[in-house]
Amino acid sequence: MFIPMAVAIAEARIGKRGERFYSGRVPQLLERGFIAFRSSTWMIVLSGFVEPVLYLLSFGYGIGKLLPTIESGGHTIKYAAFIAPALLATSAMNGAIYDSTMNVFFKLNHDRIYHGMLATSMGPLDVALGEIGWALLRGFSYACAFMAVVAPLGLIESIWGLLAIPAAVLIAFGFASVGMAITSYLTSFQQLEVINIFLLPMFLFSGSFYPLSVFPQWLQFVANLLPLTHAINLVRGLCLGNLSFSLLGHALYFVIMIICGLFFTTKRLNALFMK
Amino acid sequence: MSEFLISARGLTKKFGDFVAVNGIDFDVRKGESFGLLGPNGAGKSTTMRIIGATSQRDAGTITILGKDPEKHGPQIRAHLGVVPQQDSLDMQLTVVENLYIYGRYFGLPRKFVKGKIEELLTFAQLEEKRDAKVETLSGGMKRRLTIARALVSEPEILMLDEPTTGLDPQARHILWDRLFRLKEQGVTLVITTHFMDEAEQLCDRLIVMDKGNIMAEGSPASLIKDYSTKEVLEVRFGSDRNQEVADKLRSMCERTEELPDRILMYTEDGETLLEQIYAADLHPKTSLVRRSSLEDVFLRLTGRTLIE
Repeated sequence: MFIPMAVAIAEARIGKRGERFYSGRVPQLLERGFIAFRSSTWMIVLSGFVEPVLYLLSFGYGIGKLLPTIESGGHTIKYAAFIAPALLATSAMNGAIYDSTMNVFFKLNHDRIYHGMLATSMGPLDVALGEIGWALLRGFSYACAFMAVVAPLGLIESIWGLLAIPAAVLIAFGFASVGMAITSYLTSFQQLEVINIFLLPMFLFSGSFYPLSVFPQWLQFVANLLPLTHAINLVRGLCLGNLSFSLLGHALYFVIMIICGLFFTTKRLNALFMK
Repeated sequence: MSEFLISARGLTKKFGDFVAVNGIDFDVRKGESFGLLGPNGAGKSTTMRIIGATSQRDAGTITILGKDPEKHGPQIRAHLGVVPQQDSLDMQLTVVENLYIYGRYFGLPRKFVKGKIEELLTFAQLEEKRDAKVETLSGGMKRRLTIARALVSEPEILMLDEPTTGLDPQARHILWDRLFRLKEQGVTLVITTHFMDEAEQLCDRLIVMDKGNIMAEGSPASLIKDYSTKEVLEVRFGSDRNQEVADKLRSMCERTEELPDRILMYTEDGETLLEQIYAADLHPKTSLVRRSSLEDVFLRLTGRTLIE
């Protein structure tokens, strides 16, 4: 009997863990990302990279004139070297958030692209991992590009700073997972704006431009709950070579974000498409 | 393997208190063109989604090529080509890219998919639009691309949910022609529609659905034979007089249906009946003799028209 190739491929997965939800098609979804990327709006892609560089120029060399050095973790460092890791963490976040919120929202509600994808032999976890994977790739490339700018300027104090790149990927992964989970529950474009309303204050109050210790106790407490604070502390610790166990704690924060984000995204996509 | 590609028994689906599909039984044979005819909300699309394993049934059994969609969703979808009611094409990609990536979603090798694309472009008559963005295509072209896309995995069953809704008459005829060709090639078609002409054109066998139930089953010709007369005489007396003459007309033929704007009279010989009406000194404003259609079958079964 003739067995179509698509069927043979799908049947090879029978008995594998989670076969109903996952078919191992993340590479194919990334491939879609690359094809669509070739004709995407380059201004948006570029702005994700340019933004942190502009912040670095304006704050690092503007405020850096008034405040040449700053105390951090017992070291005295250049002000620009203090904010560079924060901007790296933020650019990883921005790249991941853009892809996992705005882009996902349109594919889900406007173009119905996921409806098409889930009519194939893929499952909802393929779609979730593929989309998050793409967001993560963008976070990774922003981090690399930013690193290529700041490292030659001597703003990375320690060789451990190399680990800031994988840390940025972890951060992008965390934000992308949670971003997609939240987006999958949203029903209108207006609700999407709420994410942006949350992002700016988080950027301003996560210890990007000065240490959290200048805040009153209660504000420090709130700031320490924000994911970006943990992202910045993680990247800054690595870039400055201030290694401690607290870095693992910050990383753990993102591992939990990833797990929760993936769980709710898959659950929601299942509810939307497998009802 | 049994001769049935799809077999459902007591298939039930509820959304809260609303029963969308109410314990239906049906079988789809290999190579046939099977239709689900009914108005909006009859449960056709829900049934289609259960077959495609993108909706879980609440009761009953269903097998697709011997597999249970509850356990083997991805494997079942690998057998199916799905053409949804609403387009779900990838607007960021071109025609060719849409076909290519869809094949890749099935896990098919690049070389295989690329070989398939030319054949599909020819089939969908989209050779000249190959590098066009999907956004720029007409409604009919988008539908043909969606069908071509569904064929990239060489499915044994093509599922079409309201394939020609929203298309102009010319685009519909082109689409029907393409679907005929597929049928000739031995592809099993499962089609939902609320157009009786589409069901008559395309379906070998169909079930008539209403409010989640199957009202009748058979070929278009046998349904018409069983549930209607050979001919129908449509008469209009004007909305104020229709009611008044209805009682007189009722005694003149087998059966009448009184619609808001006209009266349908079921008979074996429409012209003779019309002569009798004139002889009885009743003068309709307009009259039309036509053959019975599936619309009449539906009206007989449910007391309602298909398109409301």
